[in-house]
Amino acid sequence: MAELIDLVLLAMLALTALRIIFLKDLFAIVMLFGIYSFLSALIFINLDAVDVAFTEASVGAGISTVLMLGTLALTGRKEKKSSRSSILPLFVVCVTGAALIYGTLDMPPFGHPDNPIHQHVAPRYIEESPKEVGLPNMVTSVLASYRGFDTFGETVVVFAAAIGVLSLLGIRRRKDKDAPESGLETHHVLHVVAKVIIPLVILFALYVQFHGDFGPGGGFQAGVIGAAAFILYALVFGLPKSFAVVSPKILQLMASFGVLLYASVGLYSMSKGGNFLDYNKLAADPLAGQHYGIIIIELGVGITVFAVMLSIFYAFASQAERSNIQ
Amino acid sequence: MNFILDYYNYWIVVFLMMTGFYIVISANNLVKKIVGLNVFQTSVFMLYISMGKVTGGTAPIVAEGVTQYSNPLPHVLILTAIVVGVATTAVGLALIIRIKRAYGTVEENEFDNKDDAI
Amino acid sequence: MFVLDIISSILLIAGVFFGLSGAVGLFKFPDFFTRVHAASITDSIAAILIIGGLLLQTSFDLNTAKLLFILAFLMITSPTASHALAKSARHGGLLTLAEVKEEKEEKQQEQSH
Repeated sequence: MAELIDLVLLAMLALTALRIIFLKDLFAIVMLFGIYSFLSALIFINLDAVDVAFTEASVGAGISTVLMLGTLALTGRKEKKSSRSSILPLFVVCVTGAALIYGTLDMPPFGHPDNPIHQHVAPRYIEESPKEVGLPNMVTSVLASYRGFDTFGETVVVFAAAIGVLSLLGIRRRKDKDAPESGLETHHVLHVVAKVIIPLVILFALYVQFHGDFGPGGGFQAGVIGAAAFILYALVFGLPKSFAVVSPKILQLMASFGVLLYASVGLYSMSKGGNFLDYNKLAADPLAGQHYGIIIIELGVGITVFAVMLSIFYAFASQAERSNIQ
Repeated sequence: MNFILDYYNYWIVVFLMMTGFYIVISANNLVKKIVGLNVFQTSVFMLYISMGKVTGGTAPIVAEGVTQYSNPLPHVLILTAIVVGVATTAVGLALIIRIKRAYGTVEENEFDNKDDAI
Repeated sequence: MFVLDIISSILLIAGVFFGLSGAVGLFKFPDFFTRVHAASITDSIAAILIIGGLLLQTSFDLNTAKLLFILAFLMITSPTASHALAKSARHGGLLTLAEVKEEKEEKQQEQSH
């Protein structure tokens, strides 16, 4: 029965992607992309990847869709007809697809426990991580402890994206007070519901941050969910009020602070005599050291991702403000 | 039938990859190209996660009474990849906004005669 | 318990029926506002029935609390989303099918005079 769910969901995914090719209305394309992300999150759960499903649902169907809609507000809704013929792209795609399908026939069959991928490193992680790291969630222990360098690089990449977007767009404050307020003034139902929901979303973000050791969760998902709460506030109550609540300067400080926190854990463990990001040296007992290290770096990751996602949204939204006022 | 079930995941992944690739190379609008890029990225994630699945296994969270776990390593790699993907998308969309401001259009077939104006 | 299983299956099948009818209505209804109503059926009654059916499958533990929380949040947010959609459409000037017909009749009357 689980295979049937797999088959049907993957077929729906293929149909959604196929439909994106033929549409000309960009708003509908972005909505279909949101559906595509949600469907892939469902498929990930069916394939036992609960952490990945969490991240894909919050990042792909949440932040990516919001940013694309923000871009559409500035660039227009319809795609114009292309003057080039589509025979050559179709031919290239068909040849590449045929070659790839011929290549997949060589792959080991789906799901067998004695595939080569399950042979070398993975049994060591599965058997040793409860003893060496001590967390129930093996994905968090691999992400934060065994592969801590990769996660550090990822945090720096997210920070670099914030630098890129802020240097391209910048966050413009309004100079005059007489320009019209943004936000949804007449939507009283939205105002009330947003006031009820936003504290609960922030609470959920904190829960996901600290519960990442025991269940699906962790710094990335928590940062994105927290940013979503403040994005909702900015959409409903207007951007000037949102700047007053969380100003862009604070966000820049938070983003840098998160990366520095991660790096300082590494430097501290070097000062104690171990390697960079060696958590065993952080406390007297190696398991306790691992716990401290993982909690602190996940906090750093969560703070950076929250600040970066919110800064990127501020950059996009203040562009729309500028063109509205002009 | 078993043969199809063994490789169905991978064939759908190849189909999605080619759909995303086709959107990127043939779309006229730049935002649609970014959507196609994201479709391509998600299909690659699907490939890795399908490879990490073990039939009869469960999510890699230590629990009572579970003997077989799915492989946690592809999950970690794809977590990183998803976040890097959204970072790339954000920078790409910011570039599109600047292109719109500089050229006045985001359609690809209208760029050729605008370049001389800049 | 067998009775609980039967009741939970009935609730799940009823929830699926309402979800399907919402989806069919989304295609078949003639006007935007009626389509928004059909879509919000999926959010409200189908969600209640399906989560109710799932609640009967758990014993009284953490999963019950999580399902109740999910139900509470869905009940708060989904009807708000449908309301916001309909209100924005109205604010943007979209007319219902009856009003469009009224306008056409008024125009025809003016032209025939």
